Amino acid sequence: MLVMADRITRDEVAHVARLALLDLAEDELDRYTEQLAAVLDHAGDVEALDLADVPPMAHPMPLRNVFRADELTPALDRDEVLSQAPAAEDGRFRVPAILGEEP
Amino acid sequence: MSGTAAALAADVRAGRRTARSVVEEHLAAIGAGDGEIHAFNLVTTDEALAQADAVDAKVARGEDPGPLAGVPVALKDNLCTRGVPTTCSSRILEGWRPPYDATVVQRLAAAGGIMVGKTNLDEFAMGSSTENSAFGPTRNPHDTSRVPGGSSGGSAAAVAAGFAPLALGSDTGGSIRQPAALCGVVGLKPTYGRVSRYGLVAFASSLDQIGPFAATVADAALLYDVIAGHDALDSTSIPEALAPTAPGVATGVDGLRVGIISEMLDGSLAPDPDVARQLRAAAAALTAAGAEVDEVSVPAAIYGLSAYYLIAPAEASSNLARFDGVRYGLRVDAPTTGEMQRRSRTAGFGPEVKRRIMLGTYALSAGYYDAYYGKAQRVRTLIMRDFDAAYERFDLLLSPTSPTTAFAVGAKSDDPLTMYLNDVYTIPSNLAGHPAISVPFGTGDDGLPVGVQLLGPNLSEATMLRAAAVLEEAAK
Repeated sequence: MLVMADRITRDEVAHVARLALLDLAEDELDRYTEQLAAVLDHAGDVEALDLADVPPMAHPMPLRNVFRADELTPALDRDEVLSQAPAAEDGRFRVPAILGEEP
Repeated sequence: MSGTAAALAADVRAGRRTARSVVEEHLAAIGAGDGEIHAFNLVTTDEALAQADAVDAKVARGEDPGPLAGVPVALKDNLCTRGVPTTCSSRILEGWRPPYDATVVQRLAAAGGIMVGKTNLDEFAMGSSTENSAFGPTRNPHDTSRVPGGSSGGSAAAVAAGFAPLALGSDTGGSIRQPAALCGVVGLKPTYGRVSRYGLVAFASSLDQIGPFAATVADAALLYDVIAGHDALDSTSIPEALAPTAPGVATGVDGLRVGIISEMLDGSLAPDPDVARQLRAAAAALTAAGAEVDEVSVPAAIYGLSAYYLIAPAEASSNLARFDGVRYGLRVDAPTTGEMQRRSRTAGFGPEVKRRIMLGTYALSAGYYDAYYGKAQRVRTLIMRDFDAAYERFDLLLSPTSPTTAFAVGAKSDDPLTMYLNDVYTIPSNLAGHPAISVPFGTGDDGLPVGVQLLGPNLSEATMLRAAAVLEEAAK
C-alpha cells in the first residue's frame, strides 16, 4: 500500500533548499511552502487509483546500453571549453577552496 | 511575408531569387516588429547573411543547396549554437557561447536553412506563457496584451509574426504545441527518440523532444524531415530509418479512424465552450473528409498533470545540478566552492526554476520517493496502457491543445498550479513518448486562434500530418 505523505512543512522546504544548494529568504520560504503544498495536494488525486500492481515506468522507450566502436574521434576543443569557464588555470577549471580553507 | 518555406526554398534552388534577399527581407521584418513582440533574445544578422551567401554560392556553382535553401529559421534559445550565445533565458547562462552545435542545428545548416536568431522561452523551458524569461516576456502577435504561450513562445511568435517561416522549439509537457495553438501556427512534438536531443539543454530527459513550428502543415513536415533521424550522439535516438513525411501530406484521411478523447471534450477536463465548439467542428471536418470519427475514453489521462509535475521536476532537479558556477555560466565569488555554488545558483536561477528544483528534490528525497516519484511512475504506466487500448481501435486521437485561447499577460503568473493546468491536454503524450501535433482551427469568442491536437502512437507522424493537412484545408 502506497501512502501519500503529510503536508510539506516550512522546515522541510528549508531542508530541501539546502540539498538543492539554494539560499532562500524568509519570505521565499513562506511562499514556496504554500506553493509546493498546493502542487502536492493536487497530485493527491492519484490516491483514487489502485497502483499496487502497476509497475513503474521511468522512460518511454525500452532503454538498452549503446556502444560505439572503440575508435578515436574528435573531442571538444579544450581551450574553447575553458574559455567559457568562470575561471581556468593550466588547462583546468579553477574553483575556490573545497575544504573550507583559504586558497 | 513572402510565402511558405517550401516556396522560398524552391525559388532559391531554381535561382529565381537569392537566399540573401530572402534573409534580408526577414531580418528587416524582425527589425521593424520585434521591438514590440520580443520573440528573439538575439538576432544573428551577420551569421545569417554569411550563411545566405554560402547558399547562393552553391546555387551559382550548380551544387545542391539543400531542401531548406535560403529559408530563415528561428531557434529556441535552449539549442546549442557553437560560438553563438545560448541562454535558456536564464541569468545563469547569460553570455555562454557553446563549444558545439546541437545535432538539429547541424542538420539545418546542411539542408541550407538559415539561422536568423535565438528565441525567447520560459527560463529553462519551465512555463506555459514565456513570462518566466529572465529577459522579459514575449507578446502574442495576434494581440500584444496576451501571452504567446510557452515555453517555446518566442519560436511560435516568430512564425506567427512572419519573422521566419520556420522555427524549432522543444516540448517537455506541451511547450511546442500549446504556444503553437495560442499563436495560430502549426507545432509538432515528434516521437520520443525520433529527433536527436544532442545539444538541447536538458530539462526532463525522459520527456524532452525537439520539434518544428511552421505556418503550414506542409512546411512543418518539410522541417521535421530535415531534423528527424538517428544520431549516434544521442543514446535514446531511434535507429530505424523512415520515409520522409512531406510527400504524403496531401493524401487525405479516407478510412482513417479518429477517436475524440471524451474526457477532454465534455468530461472532467472539458475546455472553454468556444474551444469545445471548434473541436467538434474539427471532428466534423475529418468525418466529411472520409475519416471514421467516434468518442473514446482515455481514463488515466486525467492524472497526467499530477504525474508530470512530479516526474518533470524530479528529472529537472538532477539535470540542473550541473549549473554550479564551475564549468560555465554565472559564478558569484565566495571563499569556498560550496558557498560559491550556493550563491551562484541562488543568483542565477529565477523563481519558477527554483520552485521546480525544490519540488523535484523533495519528490526524490528519502522518505518521500515512493509516495511521490514512485507513484507518478506507476501512473505513467497506466496512461501508456490506456493509450495502447485506444490505439487498438483508432489510428489517431483528437483533443483540444489548450483549454483556452491566449490569456492576458500577468493573468496566471502569480499562481503556479493554475498556470500548470494549461498543459493538461499535452502532457499525456510526453509521458507516453508519443507524437502529437497542434494545428490551428478557427478562433474563440475573443477572435484569437484555437488549436486542436492530433495524437498518435509511436512513429505515426506521417499519418498525423495528413490529418492535420485536412484540418488546415477545412479551416480556410
